[in-house]
Amino acid sequence: MTDANYPAELLYHPDHDWARLDGDSAIFGITWFAQSELGEVVFFDPPEVGTSVKANEFYAEVESVKAVSDVVAPLSGEIVEVNTALADNPEAINDDPYGAGWMVKVKLSDVGEADALLDHETYSNSLT
Amino acid sequence: MSGYTAVTPADLEHMLGVIGVDCVADLFSSIPPGVRLRRPINLPPGQPEQEVYAELRRLAERNVSAEEEITFLGAGMYDHYVPSIVDMLMSRSEFLTPYTPYQPEVSQGGLQVMFEYQTAICELTGLPVSNASVYEGPSAVGAAAYLAKLVNKRPRLLVSRGVHPHSRETLRTLAVGYGTSVEEIALDDAVTDLDGLRRALGDDVGAVVLQQPNFLGAVEDVAAIATAAHEHGALAICSADPLTLGVLEAPGNQGVDVCVGEGQSLGNRLDYGGPSFGFFAATEAHLRRMPGRIAGETTDVDGRRGFVLTLQTREQHIRRERATSNICTSQALNALGGVVYLSWLGRRGIVEIGELMLQRTHYARETLAALDGVHKLHDRPVVREFALRLDAPVGPVLDRCAAAHVNAGYALGRSYEEYGDGLLVAITEQRTRADIDRLADVLGEAVAAERRAGAEVARA
Repeated sequence: MTDANYPAELLYHPDHDWARLDGDSAIFGITWFAQSELGEVVFFDPPEVGTSVKANEFYAEVESVKAVSDVVAPLSGEIVEVNTALADNPEAINDDPYGAGWMVKVKLSDVGEADALLDHETYSNSLT
Repeated sequence: MSGYTAVTPADLEHMLGVIGVDCVADLFSSIPPGVRLRRPINLPPGQPEQEVYAELRRLAERNVSAEEEITFLGAGMYDHYVPSIVDMLMSRSEFLTPYTPYQPEVSQGGLQVMFEYQTAICELTGLPVSNASVYEGPSAVGAAAYLAKLVNKRPRLLVSRGVHPHSRETLRTLAVGYGTSVEEIALDDAVTDLDGLRRALGDDVGAVVLQQPNFLGAVEDVAAIATAAHEHGALAICSADPLTLGVLEAPGNQGVDVCVGEGQSLGNRLDYGGPSFGFFAATEAHLRRMPGRIAGETTDVDGRRGFVLTLQTREQHIRRERATSNICTSQALNALGGVVYLSWLGRRGIVEIGELMLQRTHYARETLAALDGVHKLHDRPVVREFALRLDAPVGPVLDRCAAAHVNAGYALGRSYEEYGDGLLVAITEQRTRADIDRLADVLGEAVAAERRAGAEVARA
């Protein structure tokens, strides 16, 4: 497992989710802090491609050896891709939360919502 | 304060003083007056304990146990012999005394019981995963439909009218909570109307629920129903009688996605209705949506065989405030009875008991249907239970049989208005040919007597 890190190029939701913006779409995942709190992830239950997600609402579930937790969407939009590799390799969420552990790609309905998210410094300061 | 509670006026005054209220009624002041019972509870005045005991004993004597009569009553719960090895193992204090033995660190013996129970249920149902049991059959049916809702989120549920009335009621009750409408598919000559089912199916149907054999005892075409459900992406849920699965094809081999059922007939006595257990098995795709717990086999650091709680994804200690399953109490005790019974019966025994029931059921059905005023309600293949029609009122006929110490069965009119003249008769390995002949004598006389009485009334 890696050490705590919060990349500067990502935006953060206070419920420990990140978004990587790319034009009018974004990739979502959970932060290093979130995976560390969950412990060893054993299952990722993704949403279906084509379904819509709303900022601050649940869109997926992560099951660890300790608990089943809901994953909160940092932004609103429509799911255009899910990380199917997590079906066989859910531990990527622990090993590489910002890379191979990404969860979904979303076509955003309102890019302006990103203004409400936190930068890496504000988010990491909130954890202490 | 009631005369049945040992609190003296001094005790009462002291307790009220400690908590700072004037009288007991003040404790209920937060309950709106409109919903309060504004009279004393309707109980007789206080009596000496000895008189109360005598009164309760008199009331208890009105119960008739299956050991005190020849019983052909089934309708979901069956009078099978329970071998003494079941009681011997169930009454061991390690199994009998724990409350909710479901912690991850529960004893290896407890986990091994769950694991072996699950293995037996998987073999019986033909499905790859079984949980460690649920409370009873009807709630297992309700939980299976909720699994379908979690899987495909569709708003409609189709349930065959051949499914046990208790299961259909439980489904309707639970479905209100999870926002699904429940529609019944009628029977056509005692089995689920396949054309009606196809007409009702659509891409908004989450699951089709059927029962094998159905409530009228008839064997359903499970594969055809499952195929029809799958054509619309709906799950096929089958509630099965486990002791018929020695002679019937396993539901899992007929395309069923979730197979559930009442486990009472496996090593649990009738006990006036409970407790019993329900079984719940599914395809691997639905592993994580199953209620309850699953025990698994593993090896310890020294390479020895051991057991662990593997999955409990919907339980409260895993999902906290969003839990959707809560199997607690020492539910596993009744399932222990089930796995001990199945082990006692064995692979050959479950086939033999199925064949025995088939033969005696055939004999009973033909013998009874040959009586004057008694007819088969349907001609469908049956395994252990069959429905008759009587040319006399069913309730009084049952009363006459009961007076002769024979429980002739279940009056179908209690659950099906369309079968007001129906009688459901169940056979177990405990009912001998002589018992069946006795039923034929008693039922024949009772029907004849009621027909004579009816004719006299008509003349008068």
